[in-house]
Amino acid sequence: MAQRLFQAEAEPANLIIAGGRLVDPAAGFHGEAADLRIADGLIAEIGHDLRHPDAERLDATGLTVTPGLVDPHVHLRTPGDEHEEDIASGTRAAAAGGFVAILAMPNTTPVVDSAAVLAGLVETARAEAVVATGFMCAITRGLDGRNLTEMGELSAAGAAAFSDDGRPVADAGMLRRALQYSSITGLRLALHEEDTALSAGGQMHEGAVSAELGLRGWPAVAESTMIGRDLGIARYEGAGLHICHVSVAESVAEIRRARELGTDVSAEVTPHHLCLTDAAVRGLDPAAAKMNPPLGSDADRAALIDALADGTIDCVATDHAPHADHEKDAPFEEAPFGVIGLETAFAAVYTHLVEPGMLPLQTVIERMSSGPALAFGLPAPGLAAGRTADIAVWDLGASRVIEPPYASRSRNCAFTGRTLRGICRLTISGGRVAHRLIEAVA
Amino acid sequence: MELYPPKPPRDRRHLISVADLDRDDVERILQTAEGFESVMHRDLKKVPTLRGRTVMTVFFEPSTRTSSSFELAAKRLSADVVSLKASGSSVDKGESLRDTVQTLSAYDPDVIVIRHSSVGAAARVTEATDAHVVNAGDGCHQHPTQCLLDLYTMRAERGSLDSLHVAIVGDVAHSRVARSNIQGLRLMGAKVTLVGPPTLIPRDAASLGVEVRHDIGAIAAADVVYVLRMQKERMAAGAAYVPSLREYTALWGVTSARVRPGQLVMHPGPMNRGIEIAADVADGPNSRVADQVRAGLVVRMAVLYDLLAGPRPGAKAALRPVAVAAEEVA
Repeated sequence: MAQRLFQAEAEPANLIIAGGRLVDPAAGFHGEAADLRIADGLIAEIGHDLRHPDAERLDATGLTVTPGLVDPHVHLRTPGDEHEEDIASGTRAAAAGGFVAILAMPNTTPVVDSAAVLAGLVETARAEAVVATGFMCAITRGLDGRNLTEMGELSAAGAAAFSDDGRPVADAGMLRRALQYSSITGLRLALHEEDTALSAGGQMHEGAVSAELGLRGWPAVAESTMIGRDLGIARYEGAGLHICHVSVAESVAEIRRARELGTDVSAEVTPHHLCLTDAAVRGLDPAAAKMNPPLGSDADRAALIDALADGTIDCVATDHAPHADHEKDAPFEEAPFGVIGLETAFAAVYTHLVEPGMLPLQTVIERMSSGPALAFGLPAPGLAAGRTADIAVWDLGASRVIEPPYASRSRNCAFTGRTLRGICRLTISGGRVAHRLIEAVA
Repeated sequence: MELYPPKPPRDRRHLISVADLDRDDVERILQTAEGFESVMHRDLKKVPTLRGRTVMTVFFEPSTRTSSSFELAAKRLSADVVSLKASGSSVDKGESLRDTVQTLSAYDPDVIVIRHSSVGAAARVTEATDAHVVNAGDGCHQHPTQCLLDLYTMRAERGSLDSLHVAIVGDVAHSRVARSNIQGLRLMGAKVTLVGPPTLIPRDAASLGVEVRHDIGAIAAADVVYVLRMQKERMAAGAAYVPSLREYTALWGVTSARVRPGQLVMHPGPMNRGIEIAADVADGPNSRVADQVRAGLVVRMAVLYDLLAGPRPGAKAALRPVAVAAEEVA
């Protein structure tokens, strides 16, 4: 099988993470304190009072050790818009947020729709990426919705999956062909679900707040009817589908029904849709509150949390979407859609869902790590001897006010100015230290 | 559960939204406007209140009555006035709103009056200038001075706004005037009914604290029939909010047969006679359209006065009668 994740060469880690509480439900850890020794980038042993002459010892007393996070939906803006993000800055932001693997979307300039463009990205990632980075390639050439990309060649060149993200595959016949043809690669299609005839001109979720503000509403059915259509086609073809950034209760109902019918579906939800509602649009700041799909109602948020809890939605994804200040510093209707999220994803979910008791930490870790990895056929990070070290270490007692500077090159964050609890102290991706805010001890 | 307070705090340095005002603010501004009526009836229609102050009006959208009445209001108060229209300015060359406002702010204006086609534009301007900002219309969001002049007109007729029943008829979905008036009327204790085709009333309009009706017969119960402009582009192919102007007029046009004696008819202008309002209604005894235009002048004088020379924000009705200020010039 072709390699699908790429990162820069670096010294493999040799260290002992001492005294942290381990949380990894799949490995049977639910907060037990233990030492974890990493040798040459692999987890060598997990136990008590571990010592090794070659290993630096890090004091993780009071900290929480989890499998590293996996983000299946990131915009790295490379090639073409490197002033907004590039592979180096984007993967540094990922590492700062505890992510050990990310998948980048292909809606760049040019679009990642040929092996030549993909090869350039792979080469750059091998030189610059501090965490493992995979590249989704377009379903249709130039995202035109009409002509299939050369999926066989793209798969051989290391494509991680296929997506026209940013746009729907509007033509149902086209989607059917893409599902049929992509089966030769074994790679998944990730769909941005939006009936643009219903969402046209939409600036925010249609509801009480849009009625008050006079912003054009974006009806929930613009998303849910497309999801219903596409899951029906996938079921008919016996194909799998990944649904990007689910945002409304009606969509959750469609996915739940498809699961009951045995459809092979995975689905993601963003931290901002889990934590915020369309009430945030009242501030009329597009840098914080304008994204596609838009923030939903209280009821939508509640349905998304329920769906994440019961596994109807199996992944959290940031949809990290950097934009330059001068683009976002505009009246709401003139600004582009999107917010960054890599650095705040875990802290937002921890603060808004775990601390108030709405979701257990174990579930959050699964949905942010093994869930997305399994959906895309990637190795799932885990705390077990013999595995590659893909680990995040958290200070769950510490909080901070979210504000620039960010590791990301952009600043359009939905949580700017808000206080979030949960700071990432250490990220190890592919056995390499990618982010570290923790002192060595003797 | 929402962890954060949804509403930004009210800011009385500016007039961006009717939500910036409380009942006392509205009363004070309307009383101040009443005081300025006496100035309108004199030979020398000018008071020195804002002498040495600078008011800039910046209109990124076409406007006749709002821009002219702000300009005249500032001049009646003896302010220096600079009026900028978007066409012919650097805006045509792609200058951003922030850069335009920062450039104008270099002249140190006391007030910037702005109209823009985008929701939230006036609020953004407050971040780029030290001047007081008055929103003269931002997209489909707010038009607070139109609301104040409408309240002034209704109050002048009926004495009180409390329990007044106002029917707002037409394209509510695309109307900043409707949004400001709903807030203002509800603030002052009036009852509001929205009447229009289902395609032009926002889906969740009832959450704004109003009654929603789709039959024109619903206007019969109202004290005031407030008619909104019906824009022709709403009938464009593909947009199709209503099938034709003919059908719109048949079903929702405000005609003399549908207006009963004693009802007031108002319209923010510009009117499409024969479409949303019949000509005989527009010119008839129920119409208060001309009063609205006159009210626009004194109310905008009062808004400028309130920001620059008025009592401290949050104070009760003006303690110093404006008539005194008027006499100072004599």
